[in-house]
Amino acid sequence: MSRHCRFSHLLLALGLFVLGAGGVRAAGIGDLVEIRWAEQIGRFFTFQDASVRYALLGSIFLGLSCGLLGSFIVVRRMALVGDALSHAVLPGVALGFLWNLSKDPLAIFIGATVAGLLGTFFVSAITRTTRLKEDAALGLVLASFFAAGLCLVSMIQRLPTGNKSGIDKFLFGQAAALGADDVRLMGIVTGVIAVLIVAFYKELQATSFDPAFAKASGLPAGWVHHGLMLLLAAAVVIALQAVGVVLVSAMLITPAAAAYLLTDRLHRLVFLAALFGVLAGVSGAFLSFVGPSLPTGPLMVLGASAVFGMAFLFGPRHGVLARWWRRRSGAARTRRENTLKSMFHVWEAGGFRTEGVTLTELAERRRETLEDVQRLGTGLIRHGLATQSGDVFYFTPAGKLRAAEIVRNHRLWELYLTNSANIAPDHVHEDAEKIEHVLGESVVRALERRLDYARVDPHGRSIPTPREIHRDAGLTDESSGEGRR
Amino acid sequence: MSTPVPLEIHDLTVAYHRKPVLWGVDLNVTSGQLIGIVGPNGAGKSTLIKACMGLLPVQSGWVKFFGRPFSEVATRVGYVPQRESVDWDFPVNVMDVVLMGRYGRLGLLRRPGRADREVARSCLEKVQLLPYANRQIANLSGGQQQRVFLARALAQEAELYFMDEPFAGVDAATESAIIAVLRELRDQGRTILVVHHDLPTARQYFDRLLLLNMNVVAFGPTAEVYTAELLQKTYGGRLTILSEVAQALGAQEPAK
Repeated sequence: MSRHCRFSHLLLALGLFVLGAGGVRAAGIGDLVEIRWAEQIGRFFTFQDASVRYALLGSIFLGLSCGLLGSFIVVRRMALVGDALSHAVLPGVALGFLWNLSKDPLAIFIGATVAGLLGTFFVSAITRTTRLKEDAALGLVLASFFAAGLCLVSMIQRLPTGNKSGIDKFLFGQAAALGADDVRLMGIVTGVIAVLIVAFYKELQATSFDPAFAKASGLPAGWVHHGLMLLLAAAVVIALQAVGVVLVSAMLITPAAAAYLLTDRLHRLVFLAALFGVLAGVSGAFLSFVGPSLPTGPLMVLGASAVFGMAFLFGPRHGVLARWWRRRSGAARTRRENTLKSMFHVWEAGGFRTEGVTLTELAERRRETLEDVQRLGTGLIRHGLATQSGDVFYFTPAGKLRAAEIVRNHRLWELYLTNSANIAPDHVHEDAEKIEHVLGESVVRALERRLDYARVDPHGRSIPTPREIHRDAGLTDESSGEGRR
Repeated sequence: MSTPVPLEIHDLTVAYHRKPVLWGVDLNVTSGQLIGIVGPNGAGKSTLIKACMGLLPVQSGWVKFFGRPFSEVATRVGYVPQRESVDWDFPVNVMDVVLMGRYGRLGLLRRPGRADREVARSCLEKVQLLPYANRQIANLSGGQQQRVFLARALAQEAELYFMDEPFAGVDAATESAIIAVLRELRDQGRTILVVHHDLPTARQYFDRLLLLNMNVVAFGPTAEVYTAELLQKTYGGRLTILSEVAQALGAQEPAK
């Protein structure tokens, strides 16, 4: 569900990007002062301008509050609720403006919060009293509130003072429009959110994971939910001016979704989400300042999406690259183990008399060209499993141990399938080829017990035992030269 | 004044969308008992325990724990929900989940401390999961996940426990580990009510059985209640279930 959301937001953000470049005047910070690029960058980092300071501070606050709350929204699977809530605040913004026909932060804050909460109230009322499910109710409320908001906004813009009001900035976001009062309010709200999340972390965690259990053990699950919705509304409202109504939910979801891919612990997720939120906010404000005519909101969301993309590709555990690498290295390990096994087979066929296995013998055994076998042998050498002198490969102790283990695993498994599963001996080889690489020590022990420590496999070959393997590995220590690298 | 019973249910009626699921349930449970709640699908077994703990709205009637309403004694009541009720991809590890059993006792604003961790560890030990304490809960087998829930309930150190199908979909080793823990709790004088779906094992496991189908068909010592007539009455009228009952009764014969 959340992935779907992210993609649609990414598309929306890209679309707005194109629109913005194509002439729709969603003004960026750079619009206000027409100066050249390098100078702009210099001005941003020297913080000479009050507007830069406010924009930067505001972006930090909004990134922090959105990231903190967003992590709970994501783990509670409430991403769509965040989306609906952020659209539902627009009529409240407009009414707050109409209250005394000015951009009074407090009036707008109150109006928007009330509208947002009213929206979520309607959603829960619809799901409670009708047969409609939550997704339909969310879509319905989102659209109707947003439509009402758009009507009110265009009405305001037609008022005599309206076109100078800056109310249109609430749609796409304009960090440069932030004033001292706005930033102060953002700071206060962010502080309250941070303190409450730290204070009630335990309750938030328990009610997010298992609300029924939390409630049954006496935690105020209902209050936590309502409190979270209230904070969510407040976070959305303070983020509005910088990000815009359309995209604010992406600032809630994307940083938290990126963090979700990187950690398995909730407190780390919350921390990372806050960090990513700030990163996205600041980079959005920066790019909007130096780039010509680009609105802040879409840039912030693109920044967050970039962070998500990085987590998606490069995450150490769940990332695409890490998974690809694990699969690849698994395949490489299987190839090495098969080579070791072939060496063992040649060695066994020679009655364990020779110390080494020649390239030609190995190539014959594996029915491969000399070049291919040389490449496999080099792989073994690189992993400290074999050494080579001239055309002859020698096991290292580790290599011999692993080779004997693989052969043992293979033959044990064949024996197990023939004896215990009543499968004909000529059917068991293929299966054992796969199983031999994944059998753990404890399973091997269990198999050996089960098979009464049998020494001969179904094809009449002897099964190497662990003690033999260790002894042999020790014996070849001198002959094989250097050990594991 | 005599000590109040752990659980007293009076004329409890619960409805989903005006359709009653439980109708006029009366129950008096004394302490130190291991009780199985048995009945066909849709008989209201889970509904009964959820309604007792205030997780579902009650149409009429009342429930008292130790003579008082649930909200006043929530910390004396423990709960093992169904395993499917949560998202096991949630970013917590085994220790985090077991510690949640302590949260009710801690109350607001207090963090679990060293003593709570000690309790959690000993509960994990009891269900043989201590080596898995730092593991993310998605990387556990179904039986292990069920035992995590049991350990969390043990960490509540409650006097009365509700367990919703703790044996559902677990391996034989987990099943015997769980029943051992339940018997130990019972021997310590605690009361355990277990929703159970398997008739033959219900007969072995529980001291008393509550046969439930919208209302209480029978409640008493297992030997007295586990009869052809009463089981028929509980599962009555449904052909598929009748055969299940017949099978269960068939399994009963050689024991006599």
